[in-house]
Amino acid sequence: MKSSATGIERIFPHTDATGQKQPEHARISMELRGLGKKFLVGAGEFQALKSIDLDVAVGEFVCVLGASGCGKTTLLRILGGLEKHTEGSLRFYQEKSGQPPTSIVFQEVSIFPWLSVWDNVAFGLRARHASKALIKERVSFYIEKVGLTPFRDHYPHQLSGGMKQRVSIARAFANDPEVLLLDEPFSALDERNKATLQDELLRIWEETGKTIVFVTHSIDEAIYLADRILVFAGPPGHITQIHRPDFVRPRNLTALRATPEYKRLVGAILEGLGISGEPSDAIE
Amino acid sequence: MSIQENHSDQIGRMVEIQPSKDIGQAERFRRRRDRFLTVVSPLILLLIWEIVIQLGLLDSRLFPAPSMIVGTFYDLVASGELWRHLSISLIRIAVGFFFGAIAGVTVGTLMGVMPVVGAVLSPIVASVYPIPKIAIFPLIMVLFGLGEMSKFVVVAIAVFFYMVINTVAGVSNVERIYRDVGRSFRVSRLRSVFQITLPAAMPMIIAGLRVSAGVSLLVLVSAEFVGAESGIGFLVWNSWQVFDVRSMFVGIIVIGFLGWASFTLLDAIERVCLPWAPKNRR
Repeated sequence: MKSSATGIERIFPHTDATGQKQPEHARISMELRGLGKKFLVGAGEFQALKSIDLDVAVGEFVCVLGASGCGKTTLLRILGGLEKHTEGSLRFYQEKSGQPPTSIVFQEVSIFPWLSVWDNVAFGLRARHASKALIKERVSFYIEKVGLTPFRDHYPHQLSGGMKQRVSIARAFANDPEVLLLDEPFSALDERNKATLQDELLRIWEETGKTIVFVTHSIDEAIYLADRILVFAGPPGHITQIHRPDFVRPRNLTALRATPEYKRLVGAILEGLGISGEPSDAIE
Repeated sequence: MSIQENHSDQIGRMVEIQPSKDIGQAERFRRRRDRFLTVVSPLILLLIWEIVIQLGLLDSRLFPAPSMIVGTFYDLVASGELWRHLSISLIRIAVGFFFGAIAGVTVGTLMGVMPVVGAVLSPIVASVYPIPKIAIFPLIMVLFGLGEMSKFVVVAIAVFFYMVINTVAGVSNVERIYRDVGRSFRVSRLRSVFQITLPAAMPMIIAGLRVSAGVSLLVLVSAEFVGAESGIGFLVWNSWQVFDVRSMFVGIIVIGFLGWASFTLLDAIERVCLPWAPKNRR
């Protein structure tokens, strides 16, 4: 699999010619040590997350894979600054002062209906008082990247579901955070839109070298996108497995599905998710 | 025969759904008809009124027909009398409405955004709001005098409560996801209020302005009945006192027109300011 020559030039700054990760040489973007989250429920306490240790390298694409209710969204909300962890430590690399640690692309439609596409994408930069020139440059760059330049003055209600999610992606990237967090961003889209947006996301990621943490419940999506897959189970949410799908990019799922490596990986992930039974049956 | 029985009792049949030749003509017709009716319905009302009086079904001394009022209306316009009353009422409404709305939106926003403020003020608002503002007009006159200030204040108080209630409703119904977006971009609390909470609550706030416009007319006219020497409400009441019924009707019709005008104006404002609101989408 690794040796299958595609003839495609490796353009990822963080991977070598074979497409393999080299985390030991890379700078760390985000560091979690014994991270946990507890909150009060009625008379008792609920442990939502427990002792999570994780280093994410700059430019790495990490997928957090888990079933609904396992705590993966809680983890993302903590990383995104929407909630506070109650145990352990969480640190982000900061390139320069003022650079935000994270931006989130939410699962549901989250762009503001009262702002045009342009103003939505500019939202994060304006909120941190970036210069007009910088805003103009970044916003037009990312609107172009998601192919919405002809729609820059449109309002969200004039856009399709896929276009709204593109705006959301552009808004998060334009904010230039150290780590981009995506919470099942394509789960509401049809298969075609989903495939297109996955490829667009990979393209922007490759061009910008941004660090991405992508939450999903789809094994195929994780294998298609990730450098590293963290299999999550809970509650309390914790990492049960770590996989590095080292399939050469760009990946072709249809071709991959026929390979023994793919089947082995899916089988192992299903086990990590706590799903028993014959793995090859489960994915058909 | 068993086959016969099967056919009638057990086996279903194909039911045809008839096609329609209408590719949108009906909808287009309904829209044109409704636009036409919007203009025509007040005219029809006037016509019925005219006929009822002309037939002598009602006493024309108490209920003059529209045709009888036209002359009075013209006289009141020509003498400047109508404009004098109308302009003073418009100023009272404008000033009272402006300050009442600003205060109402401010307090309503604080109540919606800061739970502490909401907890303290919402029982007070709930108990004071249903008191008819005209019932406390005597107290307002004691505090603010017989001049213009008491009229501004009574309008402002009435508008204030409607705006508080609508703003609180709008602000506390802002979708959670929008606040999450604000926090994920580390937006400051103050900026979040102006950039997220208020825009999201704006449809409710404008709906509040719409109700408030009518309420401010209602309250002002009542206040001018009892405690003013000018204004459209004074015109109505004073005309009644001297049994100048036609002038009274001119006043009533002008009040009705003001109500209609405020709705039309707010519709236009809404279309311009909230192109994204569901009802304004094309």
